[in-house]
Amino acid sequence: MKEMSRIVKTVTNFVYGFIIIFGLYIIAHGHLTPGGGFQGGAVAGSAFALLLVSYGSLNSNKFLKKDIFSLFENFGLVLFIVLGFSGLGITFFYNFLANSGSWFGNAAFIGINPGDMNTGGVIPLMNIAVGLEVLSAFGVIVLTMASGAEFTKKKEKS
Amino acid sequence: MKKIIFGIAFIIFFSFLIVSAVNMRTFGEPIISEMDDYFIENAQSETGANNVVTSIVFDYRGFDTLGEATVLFTAVVGIVALFRGVKR
Repeated sequence: MKEMSRIVKTVTNFVYGFIIIFGLYIIAHGHLTPGGGFQGGAVAGSAFALLLVSYGSLNSNKFLKKDIFSLFENFGLVLFIVLGFSGLGITFFYNFLANSGSWFGNAAFIGINPGDMNTGGVIPLMNIAVGLEVLSAFGVIVLTMASGAEFTKKKEKS
Repeated sequence: MKKIIFGIAFIIFFSFLIVSAVNMRTFGEPIISEMDDYFIENAQSETGANNVVTSIVFDYRGFDTLGEATVLFTAVVGIVALFRGVKR
């Protein structure tokens, strides 16, 4: 994949940080606002696709590492399963942190309220785990397919 | 001839859709709603999250989300296995 023109690259430099921050915002506020791990991860993963398209696959291999994305993907899935298992004193996927007063353990106000970040029990942690997994899965898929396309093009030329 | 048959079938199918759309129940008033009422009443006090949809997806129906995450992981593993011999 060749790199695109200077206009596209300049706009990408302006925009991609905001896209990643917006995705992380959606992940972190998953228990208060519409959205959650999957949606925020998809938003943040689109920033990596934008970087890859505008800079080309050969240049973007320098700053987007496939191995790190793969590591984060496995870490997210393992963290999710560990959080599911840690409620095993009562049942699998039991929300053991909710209303307990410790991490994310404040009791929520009943009814319509602006919301408190420190509520939700295990839900924000699971949002972060799933968001990390989806974000890095997008990165792995895009980078792997780009390298495959590069190989095919090289083979067709020779 | 074929076109006429297809046209008649299309008209019958489309009229069926319109009739069923007209005869639908009013929006937001299902007949059986015990589960919905339970979630709306108790989700905030039980899980502490304001977003009822997230509290269902990650707490009441946690296995569903585990399955989705596993499906995504399997997709990534399949894609990496498909393109693995490429880069060396």
